[in-house]
Amino acid sequence: MLNLIIVLAVILIVAILIAIFKVTTLVGIAKGDAKKPEPSNNKLNATLLALFLVAGLFGFFYYSFGGLDEDFVQPIASEHGLITERLFWITMGITGFVFVITQIFLFGFSYKYQYKKDGKATFYAHNNKLEVIWTAVPAVVLAVLIVSGWKAWVGITSPAPEGAEVVEVMGYQYAWAVRYPGDDKKLGDSDYKKIDVTNQMGIDFSDKASFDDFIPLELHIPKGKPVLLKIRARDVIHSVYMPHFRMQMNAVPGMPTHFWFTPTKSTADMRAETGNPDFNYELVCNKICGKGHFAMRYVVVVDEPADYEKWYSEQTPWLKQNEDYLSQVPAELKEMAKIAAGIEAEEAEIVNIDNALVSTN
Amino acid sequence: MSVADIHIGEEVHHDEHHEQSFIQKYIFSTDHKMIAKQYLISGIFWALIGGGLSIIFRLQLGFPDMSLEWLRPILGKWITSAGKLDSEFYLALVTMHGTIMVFFVLTAGLSGTFSNFLIPLQIGARDMASGFMNMLSYWLFFISSTIMFVSLFLETGPAGGGWTVYPPLSALPQAISGSGLGMTLWLVAMVFFIASTLLGGINYITTVINLRTEGMSFSRLPLTVWAFFITAVIGLLSFPVLVAAALLLVFDRSFGTSFYLSEIYIGGEALPNMGGSPILYQHLFWFLGHPEVYIVLLPALGITSEIIATNSRKPIFGYTAMIMSMLAIAFLSFIVWAHHMFVTGMNPFLGSIFMFLTLIIAVPSAVKAFNYITTLWKGNIHFTPAMLFSIGLVSFFISGGLTGIFLGNSALDINLHDTYFVVAHFHLVMGSASFFGMLAGVYHWFPKMFGRMMDEKLGYIHFWFSFVGIYLVFFPLHYVGIAGFPRRYYSWTNFDAFNSFTDLNAFVSIAAILTFSAQFVFLFNFFYSIFKGRKAPQNPWGSTTLEWTTPRIPGHGNWEGDIPKVYRWAYDYSKPGAKDDFIPQTVPYSHTPESNLPFENELAKTEDVSPVAQDAK
Repeated sequence: MLNLIIVLAVILIVAILIAIFKVTTLVGIAKGDAKKPEPSNNKLNATLLALFLVAGLFGFFYYSFGGLDEDFVQPIASEHGLITERLFWITMGITGFVFVITQIFLFGFSYKYQYKKDGKATFYAHNNKLEVIWTAVPAVVLAVLIVSGWKAWVGITSPAPEGAEVVEVMGYQYAWAVRYPGDDKKLGDSDYKKIDVTNQMGIDFSDKASFDDFIPLELHIPKGKPVLLKIRARDVIHSVYMPHFRMQMNAVPGMPTHFWFTPTKSTADMRAETGNPDFNYELVCNKICGKGHFAMRYVVVVDEPADYEKWYSEQTPWLKQNEDYLSQVPAELKEMAKIAAGIEAEEAEIVNIDNALVSTN
Repeated sequence: MSVADIHIGEEVHHDEHHEQSFIQKYIFSTDHKMIAKQYLISGIFWALIGGGLSIIFRLQLGFPDMSLEWLRPILGKWITSAGKLDSEFYLALVTMHGTIMVFFVLTAGLSGTFSNFLIPLQIGARDMASGFMNMLSYWLFFISSTIMFVSLFLETGPAGGGWTVYPPLSALPQAISGSGLGMTLWLVAMVFFIASTLLGGINYITTVINLRTEGMSFSRLPLTVWAFFITAVIGLLSFPVLVAAALLLVFDRSFGTSFYLSEIYIGGEALPNMGGSPILYQHLFWFLGHPEVYIVLLPALGITSEIIATNSRKPIFGYTAMIMSMLAIAFLSFIVWAHHMFVTGMNPFLGSIFMFLTLIIAVPSAVKAFNYITTLWKGNIHFTPAMLFSIGLVSFFISGGLTGIFLGNSALDINLHDTYFVVAHFHLVMGSASFFGMLAGVYHWFPKMFGRMMDEKLGYIHFWFSFVGIYLVFFPLHYVGIAGFPRRYYSWTNFDAFNSFTDLNAFVSIAAILTFSAQFVFLFNFFYSIFKGRKAPQNPWGSTTLEWTTPRIPGHGNWEGDIPKVYRWAYDYSKPGAKDDFIPQTVPYSHTPESNLPFENELAKTEDVSPVAQDAK
């Protein structure tokens, strides 16, 4: 019944609108609008354009400078983030200026040169000097932006410094997994054919560097130290996006990528700065990847370096948590794996293990 | 889909059923004007569907708590038992909105309509070079449309991997249900679409090169024709690459090849594919995809050039510079594609190169914007609806173009890539600007298409609601984008970083609904005026170009009697000394000694004012 009333109401409104339209059309014909040289409502439209300019610019400035309830700039927490942020606001200054000026001219001219009965347009087909100027000026300004952008880009994409903390990040539908190299600071190999329900990242245990690798539930990184993320995906493309660090890099199946950056504020620093005791850095998927694309959240924790070291040393190697996978380790490396992963060895074997260690060193 | 869409569907059928005896005239027509109208009506139909889809997902984004139970009669099982939009169908909506708007509305609906309609009329030709090919082009588009339309109703849903359909997501039905039959139909439809575009494009190019009337040199072509010409060339060079991309994707999907697939573990099994590269697809796609942006935009800019000059009663400022910038844009459009891929892991050195090339494009674009503004300067402006839409286009072109300077800068793109900043950018500069170009063209050439005038007042209402509405939709999205909100998100509530701006998103959705509603004013105006509009005078806007020398409703062959001969460029508006404020292209210099410039007086001496010798046949 309610639906019927709504439908009837809509039909009635449309009918009224059409009636109004017909009446105004007839009035227009009676007044001879069609015979006038200028379009009807020329002045009204010119005035509206001018009003739109004023209201639009007011809105633009009002909302860009504090009129919004929320802050639209995420706090920055990385070294290169400061550089790109500065570049962003320089670009904003330049484009903002051009935006305001050109819109003022566009709508201003529209208003000023609206049709006048005795008016005549000026035959003004070209002016080479003017055209050269406004080709050259944007070119120069853009050259400046290109050079500064290029410098920033080259810095950001340069090889990671020696001794950067290496962490592997893998995206899959619909979550993230991170792997640390463990005590040997070397990530073990991985092979997508080794992936199963437990070994989500496909760690390849024929590589001895993998024995002490650990897979925690949060991404921890140290403040003030360069961090190199080695990024991969195992099913479709994902994108590692951390807005606070101003970092983003796609995770592509079959093509490992990487990105390095230096966090400058610990999670605790950020909690103090934002006044939000529950603040957490987040890792976000930013490449369409399916049904759960919008829910690939992963918590990132930036620790003070000492806390980070402490946390790092407390982690249990994945192999120790899943001793079944010792069976995948080649026989000659088994003992070494047990030691590296910290698996309790039987007394009798200790001697052998020592020998093994000596021989591999 | 919605009631209104069905209504338009009927309009299409209207032609088919009631005019059976005129099949040749209305359906399998080879007349460029009829084909243009077919493209236009199809484009309007698609615009309603594409727009309607966006309203559905805007409801989800603006009002995440709203019960969408009332959409169940239309969407069926895509409304979950909780009364919410299914999150996978959400992606399908986004995908189809993009596909439909970019290809079916702004490529076919815009180029297809106006290239077909205006090229022969403005260059003084009886028809396209090949009327049959032209007909074929429309009907391939129709087949493509049908297939794409059918894919909306599949049980597994239409394609859902984003309009760019990146593999592996688009290659693996395990990854998303839209990559099943929906994706297959998407690919098939696109192949037909590309064939249609190529047939159309070859025709436009040949026609412009070969069928210009006597005196219509390239330097006298209206900017519209220049724009259509350049657009067709871009399309011809870039669309085949999309065929290649699509074909390889078909192979990967159906025949077990590994062009784009490598080392994938999905659905509990490791796939055998090794050695492919998903990035290869992106290179191929964007080699079309970026020129495509200009395929969409250039015709709109051409239309705007014509309308702004006519209604300012002034010659377009910097005619040569306009052509040069279009050529520069066309050239550069082919060597900037990888700016869509700065964060794919592509070699950073390539990133540097593409940043450099991308930002250069801003120069010719700026020249165009400045020239439009200068054309307004000291004009005597008539604000027809077409003129308002053209001014709106320039405004969008500037607003959206400027944000391209951020995104083209690889260092800034790291943080902005795939956020709402990108959404705001391309919806303004490509979507809205081109859409306004299309509407401006409809309002301006409606009298020539249907011999009647559209209602101006309804045009004004349509313009103001659309113009203000579009800014209210897309301007706020810049803020959301700077805050890092990722696009193609069903909801942001999972993230602390994105739990703000709920009010703003609701506001954007309301603005979108208003803007969409305003389009029904246009629809009414359009269809009402076809049958009941005021009869149009022969040259309602006081325009100089050739199409206004045809009869009120041009018949087959466009001109009764001889094709007119052209003696001057298309922009002799308000020439000092002239009696009227425009001199049609068909008036010889020797007839206008009072207004001739010195070099024109020279030309007048050698002019041959005898009628066109013979029809080119």
